[in-house]
Amino acid sequence: MRISRRILAGLATASLAVTATSCGGGGTSGSFDDTVTVGILHSLSGTMAISESTLVDTEKMAIEEINASGGVNVGGKSYKIEYIVEDGASDWPTFAEKSKKLIDQDGVPVVFGGWTSASRKAMLPVYESKDAFLYYPIQYEAQECSNNIFYTGATPNQQSEPATDFMYKRSPAAGGDFFLVGSDYVFPRTSNTITKAQVKQLGGKVVGEDYLPLGNTEVAPIISKIKKALPEGGIIINTLNGDQNVAFFKQIQDAGITPSSGYYVMNYSIAEEEISTIGPEFLEGHYGAWNYMMSIDTPASKKFAASFKKRWGADRVVADPQESAYNMVYLWKQAVEDAGTFDDNAVREALVGQKFDAPQGPVEVMPNHHLSQTVRIGEINAEGGFTILEETGVVLPQAWNQKHPSSKGFACDWTDPSKGEKYKL
Amino acid sequence: MELLLDSLFNGVAIGSVLLVAALGLAIVFGLMGVINLAHGELMMLGAYTTYVTQLIFKLPILKPFYNSYIIVSIFLAFIVSGVVGILLEKTIIRKLYGSPLETLLATWGVSLILQQFVRSVPLAYGTGLVISLLIGLFLPTTFPSKIKESINFKYFKFSSWIFAALTGVLTGSLISSSVSKISRASARNVDVTAPSWMRGQVEIIGTAFPKTRLMIIVITLISVIAITLFLNQSAWGMRIRAVTQNRQMSDCLGISTEKVDIITFGIGSGLAGVAGVAVSLLGSVGPNVGGNYIVGCFMVVVLGGVGNLLGTVLASFGIGIMTDLIGAGRLLSIWPNMPLPLSNTINFFATTSMARVMIFALIVIFLQFKPTGLFPQKGRMVEN
Repeated sequence: MRISRRILAGLATASLAVTATSCGGGGTSGSFDDTVTVGILHSLSGTMAISESTLVDTEKMAIEEINASGGVNVGGKSYKIEYIVEDGASDWPTFAEKSKKLIDQDGVPVVFGGWTSASRKAMLPVYESKDAFLYYPIQYEAQECSNNIFYTGATPNQQSEPATDFMYKRSPAAGGDFFLVGSDYVFPRTSNTITKAQVKQLGGKVVGEDYLPLGNTEVAPIISKIKKALPEGGIIINTLNGDQNVAFFKQIQDAGITPSSGYYVMNYSIAEEEISTIGPEFLEGHYGAWNYMMSIDTPASKKFAASFKKRWGADRVVADPQESAYNMVYLWKQAVEDAGTFDDNAVREALVGQKFDAPQGPVEVMPNHHLSQTVRIGEINAEGGFTILEETGVVLPQAWNQKHPSSKGFACDWTDPSKGEKYKL
Repeated sequence: MELLLDSLFNGVAIGSVLLVAALGLAIVFGLMGVINLAHGELMMLGAYTTYVTQLIFKLPILKPFYNSYIIVSIFLAFIVSGVVGILLEKTIIRKLYGSPLETLLATWGVSLILQQFVRSVPLAYGTGLVISLLIGLFLPTTFPSKIKESINFKYFKFSSWIFAALTGVLTGSLISSSVSKISRASARNVDVTAPSWMRGQVEIIGTAFPKTRLMIIVITLISVIAITLFLNQSAWGMRIRAVTQNRQMSDCLGISTEKVDIITFGIGSGLAGVAGVAVSLLGSVGPNVGGNYIVGCFMVVVLGGVGNLLGTVLASFGIGIMTDLIGAGRLLSIWPNMPLPLSNTINFFATTSMARVMIFALIVIFLQFKPTGLFPQKGRMVEN
């Protein structure tokens, strides 16, 4: 999804994590017939470490939970899941290299990994050429549909489209003009292309668009443009990188661009984790759109948050990317059990149609290797969470966005050999 | 009028961030000729100092004075970055005067070390370390000259370092036990929240100005005035200028060039710390915060003419006003009925990314004609 959500790295934390985890999940316990080793591939060092290490924690927790409830049952035998954690080091070629290592040398049947679109694009040829399988857990810009990747994050029509609709029709700034702000890389630009097409369809107007180069925190020109384009307030769609959000929200608040003066910001990259970094006092009253929010008041959601806190510390939070990572481990387990083998091709077939009662509610794997999910719009509250305002029904994923000019009218279906990656509807 | 005022203010606001960041470099690079790539990291230390000060002022004893923490942190940031700068000068840069390439590499290495340092050392102990450096470096200089001249001075020096280390460890653990937020190492970006009197905006002649921006402009102005007065009016300022103009002659005339180097570098580094306070008000504070500014700093110093403070000032405000003019598409609002091809071009460059490209291009073109910058002045080519 995003290139680098936070310009942060934790060498110490990362090296600790490597020593603590690279030895795998321990020996076979007596109650299992055998073990199966899976691969986990995220950045444990470099810029992305802070974000991606939360996924490693979640995936480990899911694996431990599965093991505690008897492991994976394949062909009448119970398997304990063990894992090898590899460090992608926030370096995209390293992701490809480590993928090769996991597939060829360790012979893992599945790899859970990736965060940035750049890392996924780097890994994709490896999995396609070796016909292996990657599970990728992040909300992203879509416009991709590989037979060898299983995407459990939201596609734009499962996040930005319902959010734009909400802002234009039902937010306090309903009917207002739009201003789009983003970091300067692929996700914001693709996402905004879709938003612009959608706003046009809705009959609204996009009055301005600006991109901040990664690492730049000088938002003064953007602020004067917003004030000029939206003198009476309006809707701002924000796809800035996590770190730049701090500068953005601090400075727009000082410049009087606040909900109380009629400006409402809808954010696609700010989850609970980011709210606590930026500070709820700057974000209160603005909006976010996700599939999972920690404040979802269901037993499944509460259990997920509680077990994560129990396993990793009471001060930790869970957010949408972690929920997607959690779901994908369980979906893999279900698919393997249904297929009765760890063999890639059989698992891939068994995977489509798998249903899971996720923390966000029921999800189902669609023929385009994406998940059907629920979309939620939340208002950021003073406690640093979301007050959920709206919940859609289950939304089907579009691997090829129907509002983006380059992919309109196309879809993806891997269950039908005549359709495949991209066919005309 | 309002438009003009708004535009001018924005330009000055952007320019003053550049200026306060570049001011220290203008001294270190401009007067001493040292290419200090760790300048950004000295800024980062200043920003972290602000963060730590903020947390310490949240303690019950200091809570009543919380609103003034930002003023205190300006002085502390100057001291912290200055001390680290002095250490840097004494240990690394001193050996490398006159070899710019080696200085460049060494200071870049230092910048990486400092970045990793804040990532992997708890800030509480980092504070302790800075305190012990401060004591270790300055305690011996306060001894009466009788002790300083005695042959046993090295033992006194040694014991003051032991005292410094002990004090450092003690304050480190004291801070880490009282402020839990910084008792563990973390690579997460942290946040400095301006005190309430500095948030929001003030109205001047019908236009609203953000207070933090005004504060940064004030900090910049005070720094520029203070450093100009220091260089032009004080005895040490005169010595610094003398060494800049002719090192050997100054040395012959009895100026301790070694001391001048330390003071110049210390002041330059300290100013980087002050810049750190300013930028912490705008964005988040993280290990990479300095890296975002270093290119801009060098750009300003080179454009202004190496070794000339006035040039640095004009260059920063010039770049600031240009950024605002291009990036916010101001020309269109000044001249709304512009012919179509021209207005399209202006619109094309009216995004932050393109404005940056445009400004760099303009600077490169400018330097083709005036390679020595706006105000060329012969700086000291150290050890020439």
